[in-house]
Amino acid sequence: MQRYSGFGLFKHAFSHHENWQRMWRNPTPKPVYDVIIVGGGGHGLATAYYLAKVFGVKNVAVVEKGWLGGGNTARNTTIVRSNYLWDESAQLYEHAMKLWEGLSQDLNYNVMFSQRGVYNLCHTLQDMRDSERRVSANRLNGVDGELLDARQVAEEIPYLDCSKNTRYPIMGSTVQRRGGVARHDAVAWGYARAADALGVDLLQQTEVTGFRKENGVVIGVETNRGFIGGKRVGVVTAGNSGHMAKLAGFRLPLESHPLQALVSEPIKPVIDSVIMSNAVHGYISQSDKGDLVIGAGIDGWNGYGQRGSYPTIEHTLQAIVEMFPVLSRVRMNRQWGGIVDTSPDACPIISKTPVPNLFFNCGWGTGGFKATPGSGHVFAASLAKGEMHPLAKPFAMDRFHTGALIDEHGAAAVAH
Amino acid sequence: MLNIFCPHCGETRSEEEFHAHGQAHIVRPENPAECSDEEWGDYIFFRDNPRGIHHELWVHSGGCRKFFNATRHTVTYEIYETYKIGEKPSVTEASVAAAKASAQGVTA
Repeated sequence: MQRYSGFGLFKHAFSHHENWQRMWRNPTPKPVYDVIIVGGGGHGLATAYYLAKVFGVKNVAVVEKGWLGGGNTARNTTIVRSNYLWDESAQLYEHAMKLWEGLSQDLNYNVMFSQRGVYNLCHTLQDMRDSERRVSANRLNGVDGELLDARQVAEEIPYLDCSKNTRYPIMGSTVQRRGGVARHDAVAWGYARAADALGVDLLQQTEVTGFRKENGVVIGVETNRGFIGGKRVGVVTAGNSGHMAKLAGFRLPLESHPLQALVSEPIKPVIDSVIMSNAVHGYISQSDKGDLVIGAGIDGWNGYGQRGSYPTIEHTLQAIVEMFPVLSRVRMNRQWGGIVDTSPDACPIISKTPVPNLFFNCGWGTGGFKATPGSGHVFAASLAKGEMHPLAKPFAMDRFHTGALIDEHGAAAVAH
Repeated sequence: MLNIFCPHCGETRSEEEFHAHGQAHIVRPENPAECSDEEWGDYIFFRDNPRGIHHELWVHSGGCRKFFNATRHTVTYEIYETYKIGEKPSVTEASVAAAKASAQGVTA
């Protein structure tokens, strides 16, 4: 792998930037791999990278039906934070946050991770109480957090309507200053390039059509390019996890929903942080390019079509205009949907399955992007050893039978 | 935007009047106390979540406030039918597969 550097940029300028090395190969599938990852999004590519880099498993394939990072990795609103309430999830997301902080150097790829701060607004007394509790829990878990009152919020976010005359007056906010945003595509491409350099085969345009089993144990995947053998198989297919589970012969406690997002025309810098509100229900940040990146809740019905309905868009923009009247005349440029696999307790499933040697990493729902490095790291550890990583253990599928749920719904600033 | 025919009102109305409640035809165990943890967990949490034909429960929350079922495709979002609680769907995964096969001139 040709390393990227300022000097390299200078050197390539002399040849009109026409001789950059390809970022990854386009290999032919080998007959057998030690580990097959199904799904070439951020989480899958991160898993492959950490398998090769940290856990010494280099005979790895990533099988992707479309192109790398073309699903939810390309469709999210790029927010990164780790201010979750419960110990299990706070530790998992904080693990990811620590990896984010060194990721660009680690991958030799600028993922444009910008710790500009994430605000979660409070509009009711109950919001304030819940937020105070969450900030305290965060601090006990080593996650930074502060609780602000309305006056401090108005000082820090001057363009936010903090007056008493709004329908849902702002009473305060939490802020995680280490939170922020990252360039979503760069995350997928950075992991892909670094994994490829370590010998991982990235197989695009390869759709898994079934799992081959021998005596009930998975031994590989059937694809549109033929059978590919794998000693262990990890499935990281987000919205399509329910479909994958069906192919493997079991069910998951998941429902797939469209989650929409939209961006405005590029405007001059106005929002220098990430601002989220659960009660009014919307979140917004501004990309480095200048467009406002906006999202809110899922469409309520099940869907795999990567698009949603207009009422959801209207609801989203109502929330944004309620909080930021200054933006009421900004025009929206593009709108899209991704398919999120929501679990009953709003926490992921990182787990063994009823099929031996088949592992699933799914159920990240509306908030998987922020966890990309941590998710990949713990899943890689689990696939390498055949035993779940300690941070992943509480997220086993059997919690929906034992009742040991990690109830982050509403608890964790989750804006569903 | 989905336009949904409410079988109680007899009218096609906009999606905004309705609320989706997920998979339909889930039967509550007769004796919950006798269920194993697996059976109860399956009943409460586990869903088919198909990519294709989906039978689902809806409520006309902004209208007559009655529940009904719908058969909908989860990729095209096409609604094939809506029917009252207690009735059986006429469009199923099997019936669509059969119709597709006959349209292509394939005989079983």
